[in-house]
Amino acid sequence: MLRTETLSINVGPQHPSTHGVFRMLLTLDGERVVDLKPYFGYLHRGIEKTAEQRTYLQNVPFTDRLDYICGMSNNLAYALAVEKLAGIGPIPERAEYLRVIMAELTRVVNHCVAVGFLLNDLGAFFTPVLYCLRQREYILDLFEMASGSRMTPSYIRPGGVAEDVPPEFIPAAKKVVAGLPAFVDELDQLLTGNEILMARLQNVGVLPPERAIAYGVTGPVLRASGVAYDIRRAEPYSIYDRFDFDVVTEPGQDAYARFLVRLGEMRQSARILEQALAQIPEGPVMAEGVRRIRPPAGEAYARIEAPKGELGFYLISDGSPNPYRFRVRPTSLINLQALRDMCVGHLVADVVVILGSIDLTMGEVDR
Amino acid sequence: MTELDIISRLQAALPGLAAEPVEGAKDPTLRVPVGDLVRVASWLRDEAGYDYLSNVTGVDRGEQFEVVYHLYSIARGGGPLVLKVSGPWDQATVPSLVSIWPAAEFQEREVYDLLGISFAGHPDLRRILLWEGFPGHPLRKTFENRTVPNAEMVATMADEEVPHAEN
Amino acid sequence: MPSLNNLFGFLQDWISGKLSGFLPPWGVTLAMMAITIVVLLLFLVVTVMYLTYLERKVLARIADRLGPNRAGPLGIAQPVADVLKLIVKEVIVPARADVAVYFLAPVVMVAPALLPYAVLPFGPRMVPADISVAVLFVPAVTSITTLALLMAGWGSGNKYSLLGGLRAVAQKVSYSIPLLLSFLAVVLVTGSLSLVRIVEAQASYPFLLAQPLGFIIALICCVAEVNRSPFDIPEAESELVAGYHTEYSGVGFAMFFLAEYIGMFTVSAMLAILYLGGWQGPLLPPYIWFLIKVYLILCVMFWLRGTFPRVRVDQLMNLSWKVLLPLAMVNVVVVALVDKLGLRLGFLPGLVASLVVMAAAGAILRSRRPARPAAPPRRGWQVREA
Repeated sequence: MLRTETLSINVGPQHPSTHGVFRMLLTLDGERVVDLKPYFGYLHRGIEKTAEQRTYLQNVPFTDRLDYICGMSNNLAYALAVEKLAGIGPIPERAEYLRVIMAELTRVVNHCVAVGFLLNDLGAFFTPVLYCLRQREYILDLFEMASGSRMTPSYIRPGGVAEDVPPEFIPAAKKVVAGLPAFVDELDQLLTGNEILMARLQNVGVLPPERAIAYGVTGPVLRASGVAYDIRRAEPYSIYDRFDFDVVTEPGQDAYARFLVRLGEMRQSARILEQALAQIPEGPVMAEGVRRIRPPAGEAYARIEAPKGELGFYLISDGSPNPYRFRVRPTSLINLQALRDMCVGHLVADVVVILGSIDLTMGEVDR
Repeated sequence: MTELDIISRLQAALPGLAAEPVEGAKDPTLRVPVGDLVRVASWLRDEAGYDYLSNVTGVDRGEQFEVVYHLYSIARGGGPLVLKVSGPWDQATVPSLVSIWPAAEFQEREVYDLLGISFAGHPDLRRILLWEGFPGHPLRKTFENRTVPNAEMVATMADEEVPHAEN
Repeated sequence: MPSLNNLFGFLQDWISGKLSGFLPPWGVTLAMMAITIVVLLLFLVVTVMYLTYLERKVLARIADRLGPNRAGPLGIAQPVADVLKLIVKEVIVPARADVAVYFLAPVVMVAPALLPYAVLPFGPRMVPADISVAVLFVPAVTSITTLALLMAGWGSGNKYSLLGGLRAVAQKVSYSIPLLLSFLAVVLVTGSLSLVRIVEAQASYPFLLAQPLGFIIALICCVAEVNRSPFDIPEAESELVAGYHTEYSGVGFAMFFLAEYIGMFTVSAMLAILYLGGWQGPLLPPYIWFLIKVYLILCVMFWLRGTFPRVRVDQLMNLSWKVLLPLAMVNVVVVALVDKLGLRLGFLPGLVASLVVMAAAGAILRSRRPARPAAPPRRGWQVREA
């Protein structure tokens, strides 16, 4: 009999398609993946330790830089955790509406980047990336209007939001949101029925629902395996129980299903945004008496449905102005656990596609 | 069925269990002795439907270490149930829950990496964010977080030990 | 005053007339050959340079960008800048390279790529050599470049380049066969292997109308032959395996680049001649028509590159051997039958027969798609309890 050997190949850490600094050690038998070992930690900045030496308010900019594509959502999760820990409340209505608006705009931004770069990894010459990034630019302009910064806003703070939006924000946001369904329709028309896309994404990276739940996978990856679990419905936070939207689920379990879920979620975000922009009241944007945050000793865990999945903050306080323990439940790290299962048995060319369909940001994996 | 009901059912189902609910916690919390952790976890997953382990956190409480688990039920839609185990630092070993919830795999590695708490029975317990040979465990309170001026980066592994691809 | 139509014919006669004033007849022939070669090479080099410019502009517009617009007005001087840059770049030879093979590979790539221009007719009297087996000559000569891919992959001394080279060779060889079969269908109808004769046979209607299936197969195969997206696995950066020309820089890389674009022009010219009617067309001079048709096909190639994702290697081979090859064989049989029937209805019988075959093939392919769980409708997502 022929003696065959398996081949060990490194993908990354410098590679155009690994979405950040990420290394995979693939063991191949011919062209099929037999084993996959992920190595990361290249972007580890010690945020959890450093946050123990800063006050609760000073830690808000750290949260921007976790999953740097979705700054506003991270801020929101942290704000909810601090509010639960310190018993801050009630949050003014206008602040709640602004939070929901920013979180849903962030969801659109993240899915634009995810879909665009998935297609870039597939080899479509950069065209879908630029179409998605164009839409993202409109939304980043809104973020800049509200917070002064496009990517690391530090806008949503414990107690409300940092400051009120300028008067031209709401009309500009309405205009952007009005154009969103047409944009998703355009992407749908150009991409969803494309033969080559379907051939590359269907039956690639199949993750059955029981495995997904067992691995702790959340977000679009879980919902693309047919599990209709969305924290905005399961454990509503902020004012999400007032809005009318659907939980987008697909039975496909493969990369194509994840792609469809992200497109569908963009449509649902547009729905929520329409409702929020129509109903937003006037008023203050920060709760009363939130000065120096000194929570009593205790702990709190708050989680949100971030664009990539469940983002949670677990904070322990010992009565001092600094947190005793600042723990980030890293969405991307936990979603990454399913990568090995999804890739084994596929060809090498599919590994990059599967990685793109999980949608990772190394800032969140490594912190 | 609320979490408190579940805790009383648990105490009824597993006799000899020295677990107590924690008073005054914001989420229903159960403190479990280290030896009973696996029993309690299997019961919670199989009988009470907690199929989703959301978060594993390690905490340095000075004299003691603590590991905190946040459990949810996707099937029933149940809210958080928090399990806590603790012990003295000279016996910093906790049984691994990877066989019950594979979601614990990378998170337990991270707790090992940053705090030095070992997990017995973990399939691949090695450092995940820092490199093998990093001196110490940063999240411990005894680890000084300071900038060392003019520090020299000393290689802690010989060239042959650094893991490489073979070809 | 010579009409524009006959410009090159007039020029040929005028120059040879002047030359025969002081050269013996064999000298005139030699001089004419030399002039033709120089003119052709100049034309090719300038065309290819500005083809890269056109491609970048078209791709940019597809991707909602502007394209090169800094070097000169509207970026016109961009190709000049690119050529200068490539020429002055340092040529880094890998340490483990097989030096002779490494340096010969670009030469073996470019030289055969230039040969087909000896037989491609740009107009009625604008063929350097009207040989009677041109349809055989062109694919034969361009397939020598396949050897160059292997030489580049091996000569680089890099395991991944070798694998990339092997894949490129497999791709070229697999896609040559349906391509030649589609050419065969055209040759069957015209009864001649001469390109000039084939263009003349399309005086009333182009073969595209009579054999649309053949044209589609030929177009797909041509795109795969020149390693263009969506079949550009050998050159892709985001694939794991490096391409066959990764270890080339400077002039070596420029040669591969040049050969790719010359190849693109060649296959587009073949498609224009065999299916679109070559230089036939009303009003405009014939060589203008020819160039319009070639550039039309080139723009379609740019369009494909800017829109489609890449095909995976195993899907590529499947497409060629399991789809295109049977279709091309059926195409030959159908064309032969239609020709034998001898109905004097112009292109209609061929068109109808091709459409029937395409519909049948489409139905068969669709029924063989892998089964997926039933998807919910695309709009109006249903609410599930959560």
